Amino acid sequence: MTELTKSELTPEEIRDQKPYLAWSMTEEEYQRACQILKRLPNYTETGLFAVMWSEHCSYKNSKPVLKQFHTTGKQVLQGPGEGAGIVNIGDGQAVVFKAESHNHPSAVEPYEGAATGVGGIIRDIFSMGAQPIAVLDSLRFGELDNAKTKYLVSQVVKGIADYGNCIGLPTVGGETSFDTTYEGNPLVNAMCVGILDQKDMQVGQAKGFDNSIIYVGAKTGRDGIHGATFASEEFSDDNESDRSAVQVGDPFMEKLLMDACIEVVREHKTALVGIQDMGAAGLVSSSAEMASKAGTGMVLDLDKVPVRESQMTPYEMMLSESQERMLLCVNKGYEQEIFDVFARYNLDAVKIGHVTESKQYRLYHHGQLVTDVPADALASDAPVYHRPKQLPERLKQPKATQFQPDVTDLPAVFYQLLAQPTIASKKSIYETYDTQVRTNTVVKPGSDAAVLRIRGTKKALAMTMDGNARYIYLDPRQGGAIAVSEAARNLVAAGAKPLAMTDCLNYGNPEKPEHFYDLETSGLGLTDACKALDTPVISGNVSLYNETNGQAIYPTPVVGMVGLIKDTKDIQTLAFKNADDLIYLVGTTAASFNGSEIQKMQAGAISGQLFDFDLEVEKANQDLMLKTIQAGLTQSVHDISKGGFLTALAESSFNSKANLGAAIQWSQDLSWLFSETQSRFIVTVAPKDQVAFETAMGTKAQLLGQVLAQPEIQLTHEQATTTIDLTKAKEIWEATIPCLMK
Amino acid sequence: MRFAVIVFPGSNCDEDMYYAVTDQLGETAELVSYTATTLAGFDGVLIPGGFSYGDYLRCGAIARFSPIMPAIIEFANNGGLVLGVCNGFQILTEAGLLPGALRENKTLNFICKDAPLKIENTQTAFTSAYGQNTEIRLPIAHGEGNYYCDEATLAQLKANHQIVFTYQDNPNGSVADIAGITNEAGNVLGMMPHPERAVEWLLGNTDGLPLFESMAAKVRQ
Repeated sequence: MTELTKSELTPEEIRDQKPYLAWSMTEEEYQRACQILKRLPNYTETGLFAVMWSEHCSYKNSKPVLKQFHTTGKQVLQGPGEGAGIVNIGDGQAVVFKAESHNHPSAVEPYEGAATGVGGIIRDIFSMGAQPIAVLDSLRFGELDNAKTKYLVSQVVKGIADYGNCIGLPTVGGETSFDTTYEGNPLVNAMCVGILDQKDMQVGQAKGFDNSIIYVGAKTGRDGIHGATFASEEFSDDNESDRSAVQVGDPFMEKLLMDACIEVVREHKTALVGIQDMGAAGLVSSSAEMASKAGTGMVLDLDKVPVRESQMTPYEMMLSESQERMLLCVNKGYEQEIFDVFARYNLDAVKIGHVTESKQYRLYHHGQLVTDVPADALASDAPVYHRPKQLPERLKQPKATQFQPDVTDLPAVFYQLLAQPTIASKKSIYETYDTQVRTNTVVKPGSDAAVLRIRGTKKALAMTMDGNARYIYLDPRQGGAIAVSEAARNLVAAGAKPLAMTDCLNYGNPEKPEHFYDLETSGLGLTDACKALDTPVISGNVSLYNETNGQAIYPTPVVGMVGLIKDTKDIQTLAFKNADDLIYLVGTTAASFNGSEIQKMQAGAISGQLFDFDLEVEKANQDLMLKTIQAGLTQSVHDISKGGFLTALAESSFNSKANLGAAIQWSQDLSWLFSETQSRFIVTVAPKDQVAFETAMGTKAQLLGQVLAQPEIQLTHEQATTTIDLTKAKEIWEATIPCLMK
Repeated sequence: MRFAVIVFPGSNCDEDMYYAVTDQLGETAELVSYTATTLAGFDGVLIPGGFSYGDYLRCGAIARFSPIMPAIIEFANNGGLVLGVCNGFQILTEAGLLPGALRENKTLNFICKDAPLKIENTQTAFTSAYGQNTEIRLPIAHGEGNYYCDEATLAQLKANHQIVFTYQDNPNGSVADIAGITNEAGNVLGMMPHPERAVEWLLGNTDGLPLFESMAAKVRQ
């Protein structure tokens, strides 16, 4: 404790001893702060600059990339820059969503890291005035062959489950995959979706001179200090024990806070001016951003801040990342009605300051002015770096030919593929999540996308989180486009029109030119597809410095996407429905093996030049597929992705209620059953709809066989029939992860 | 009939319960705060699932001291119908309205899935509308659903036909596969499965609806 309570360095000592370097603030940035202030910053001020100018808060390295993103469209009501993005879904309603990473905290304290990741993204949604309706998560870990990874998986999953289950939001979807590249840097990306009446839309602004700044929710403790800075550093074996930077979550507190904030937004409109989550960099970030966005200043009296421990310094109070806190700007004279709401929920609500005209951000502590800096200097005027880029070595001369899988013993290869953790069933994970609370979940985890109805309407929302970093590793531009396309394809398969997307950009150190190349180039790939598919980016976050001992993860943008289903009758699932339904393949198959699951399984690693991908074909196939679904001509629809056609076919069987199978005539090379060519769906059609379906799809759909009453795949190729036992296959598929976790 | 849906701090299935009896059953319901002290004018009390008081200390242990509890106990003692689902079941055992206790699942994990159930007693105020149908599926979603009671209590439960629902494939380690029990008088039911999540075709299951229909029929008798 002596470390925490020792007297602070003087401005001169800071200049000479340079403690800011340990907070990831460069000498140049310190000098910039001195220039802005025209004096030496004191200890608190230096801390505020360091954290507000960290990558996590300022996006100083990624801003040039984010600026290129496609962020507009007639459906967009609020693009990037606020707590979350907002999209019009008609009838005066809107959907609000955002994804956020919590990678660094989850690496050192997986339970709390994951739990507070969920808590943070939920706050982002209700800070916009929306009622959160669902949570999704995208998780990436190292291979399940060591105790550390198993520990990370079990604790991350438990953290997500405990937080979401307790607060009462269903965790409805996402993805979990495994690859050595994430061994030191697991990725924990969470997404929250909410619904809003457009008249209740909120922004995080502190407008109106003399209006009150009110702190609500949990008390401030010493947890999470410099969490944002910590998230902007690489790991090495030296900082394994960096646990003080991780916050601790309390979902019960957040449930009360969520309900109280939504009540304030809906029922106290005259009182409320703005509302913002205290997330990364806690009090300083929320307050400085609210002032900067409104073009105002702010005075805060830190003696009023509810604290968990006595004798906290201004530095500690401002940088604490204690969870479950929000900051409100309330019209002068209306404070009491806000206090009354929070009192009913037994929550602290305290006026800690007011809005000023001066544009200065001033903090008082024990009657003394301890910070006096321009609000913009902390927020909008943070430095921006245009990092140099360089084509990575691995992309210079990739092998042009596609990997050729060995499928001599087809059933054996297939069983082995189903036992790859990335392909295997994630049931043992998602069964620990409450997927149904709030009783809106129509399609639960295990399908291409989750579907939730919007109560009181005929509408439903489909949502997914997706990304395949292997493709991006082999070809950042094309891989980026595939990531967006695949997410959209998931939604189309559920019967939805994709609306917009959010992203978590997980990369290595952007100061290394090869990594910046990956970030920028894959960003361009995302943009290509966003434009082609009319799915603008409305929110997101960036997590850089995902490196351990100098080794970076694969460049891993994760796409979260939401689509609108106009009528619940259009909802589709991947499960086979009836024996004798016809099985069609939509889209064409080629030898697409570089970066595939089967390449990794048989060659031990992915390599070579990524297979071809055509955005125009993707768009055309998605549009036609959706139209045909809406015409009521399909029984099941499944996107073909990792593992290829045969894996997708088996998944449709595994999810069928009556253990149905499939008889397939395959005329192409047998190995192509495992090809990961994009832009494809497996569709089943009732025999009575055959003509109508074939007329609607034209040459896009190819009849391959029919659904069988028994659980087996009968695969006919050049007059020979191979039978795959789906009962055995399902056992392998379901048992793999529970077995590996033991 | 008019249902009271009790809302504790941390309840999170309160709205689901409310919509089940209003939208699907067509009865009226009101969300009643844990701070209320009377249940006058209500024909049935529904204690929903969730994490009352964050499940701190022990599930239901704090909720049972909240201001509404004397009114619930009085309502039950007067023969009124009380249904506690999931956390509601835990609260009822903590309050002593039902015997036994709910411990952590044997897997030590939260479990959310459909559970096949057997209706052991179709003659109760909560199951009469199931008729001859004694095999149903209801969703479960709990971390502490492992029902425990001593042997003497179990013998009493059996002798009095208080065991209403049992699991066909015991997911949590409950004694005698117990999923739901009534009190001796038969007017208080506690169950871990969620009937309010199974009342609509759109969500894939309507096996919970007859439970609420049974309650409504009983009140109208």
